[in-house]
Amino acid sequence: MNMADLPSSSNPAWQRVELARHPQRPSFLDFVRELCSDFFELHGDRRFADDEALVGGIAAFRGRQVLVLGQQRGHDIKERIRRNFGQAKPEGYRKALRLMRLAEKFHRPILTFVDTQGAYPGIDAEERGQAEAIAFNLREMARLRVPVVATIIGEGGSGGALAIALANRVLMLENAIYSVISPEGCASIMWRDPAKKETAAAALRLTAPELLELKLIDEVVPEPEGGAHNDPARAAAWLGEALERTLNQLDAAADLPGQRYQRWRRMGQFFDETA
Amino acid sequence: MTWFRREKTELNPADKAESRLRTEGLWSKCDQCRNIIWKKDLEENQHVCPRCGSHFRLGARPRLALLFDESGYQELDAGLFSTDPLSFTDTKAYRHRLASARSATGLQDAVITAEGRLDGQPVIVCAMEYGFIGGSMGAVVGEKITRAVEYAENRRQPLIVISASGGARMMEGAVSLMQMGKIAAALARLDEAGVPFISILTDPTTGGVTASYAMLGDLNLAEPGALIGFAGPRVIEQTIRQKLPEGFQRSEFLREHGMLDAIVERKQMRATLIRLLAFCRPRAEAAPRPRAAGRS
Repeated sequence: MNMADLPSSSNPAWQRVELARHPQRPSFLDFVRELCSDFFELHGDRRFADDEALVGGIAAFRGRQVLVLGQQRGHDIKERIRRNFGQAKPEGYRKALRLMRLAEKFHRPILTFVDTQGAYPGIDAEERGQAEAIAFNLREMARLRVPVVATIIGEGGSGGALAIALANRVLMLENAIYSVISPEGCASIMWRDPAKKETAAAALRLTAPELLELKLIDEVVPEPEGGAHNDPARAAAWLGEALERTLNQLDAAADLPGQRYQRWRRMGQFFDETA
Repeated sequence: MTWFRREKTELNPADKAESRLRTEGLWSKCDQCRNIIWKKDLEENQHVCPRCGSHFRLGARPRLALLFDESGYQELDAGLFSTDPLSFTDTKAYRHRLASARSATGLQDAVITAEGRLDGQPVIVCAMEYGFIGGSMGAVVGEKITRAVEYAENRRQPLIVISASGGARMMEGAVSLMQMGKIAAALARLDEAGVPFISILTDPTTGGVTASYAMLGDLNLAEPGALIGFAGPRVIEQTIRQKLPEGFQRSEFLREHGMLDAIVERKQMRATLIRLLAFCRPRAEAAPRPRAAGRS
């Protein structure tokens, strides 16, 4: 282990934030390369453009024809700029829905892989209806008639992550994070001090074990010691097993939109004093 | 030597305090035209500036009173309140924030859901309260709106949601994020049942509320000049490092970009809803809607 791999903080939540954003962490397309064969990328939303921050295509996964899609952050600076750091615009979310409907038409399961800081916050994205694109995906994913499995592989940033994650099952890699706002954003709003990001990370309960305990995700997929970047092949193999098992379970489900609705209907806890 | 002398002692300071008390809070200033308005005039004008027409923010209760018939409304699920699922504390504990929001607004959380009649027709209306932690959506808001969607579906009554919200409630973390999915999933069923949903966006409607139910109306209406968007203006400015153009993310901008069916002044809202619901009648029975071609 070299110095760069040592955690810079004693705060376990922040350590996971750093692992989730680790520059060598396997990206969506790295996982596709390990998990699938015959990947064929499909481009464009048929409305405006092809968003390279959100990639989709068909692939063969352990004997099944599947649709895969996910955010791609990119490894080097050139790819990152081309991919807009994995921050999709409305056309990205509209492409995702177009491809999911394609999968529905041909009765193919959908595997989504979430890795984004969030949907892109820019003038052009707002002009083309970033909020509408996300909202529409949520509603339309709710009624897809094929199995949908989402995996949070790195960073699950708010609505931009959820927009491809309204699934029958939501898996999360051990060192991935999933949150309503980034720790930095939370720190500057709630503490008015961006330096409080580590405290905010702990307060937000954004790690996989905490989200499982809150019953917001369905399964935590283990990673090799030190994080997925230490052994990407093994990380992918373990994720592949979890995905195959989940798809086998969903094969038996009679009413997939109904199962999905019941799963999401349970989200959140509250007291009811009228009861 | 002085020619004139004050005969009486100084005025009683208690009287001064009283006179301040009598005039305090009687006037409001319009943020748009900077005119000083007598509060009573403002109230009689439904909190719209009588000089320039700017729409002031309005609480959930007066909203409901403006829309429903004189027969009034029944609140639904008023007993729901937050569990503080993360035991969240920033500079102040979330449960203390909740307590002060409750005493300031008299509400349990940031939405009132209600049933009543609009021009004699039964409707379900949800009105958000911006004064309650910025109208933010946590588990309680998510559950109350989801239940309202389900009531609308089961009773085949139109649903109207009036949004005023900064988005998801940070202090409930991913729990609040998931409410977006929960409500959107319920709206998919309402859509399939053929029951109308009208979304009214008021100042401000941003973040996870815009990116879930507020943009999913069969019809999306907004009040004039409301801030509506996904990302907040400050976040966008920080990202692109430049000033935002005038009128960016206001109702008029959204209509121009195709996101709204209409901008409706507050005084016209009730009559407009009656007009729109004459077209959008709930379908009689729950027959499955034929799926669009290519959707199997």
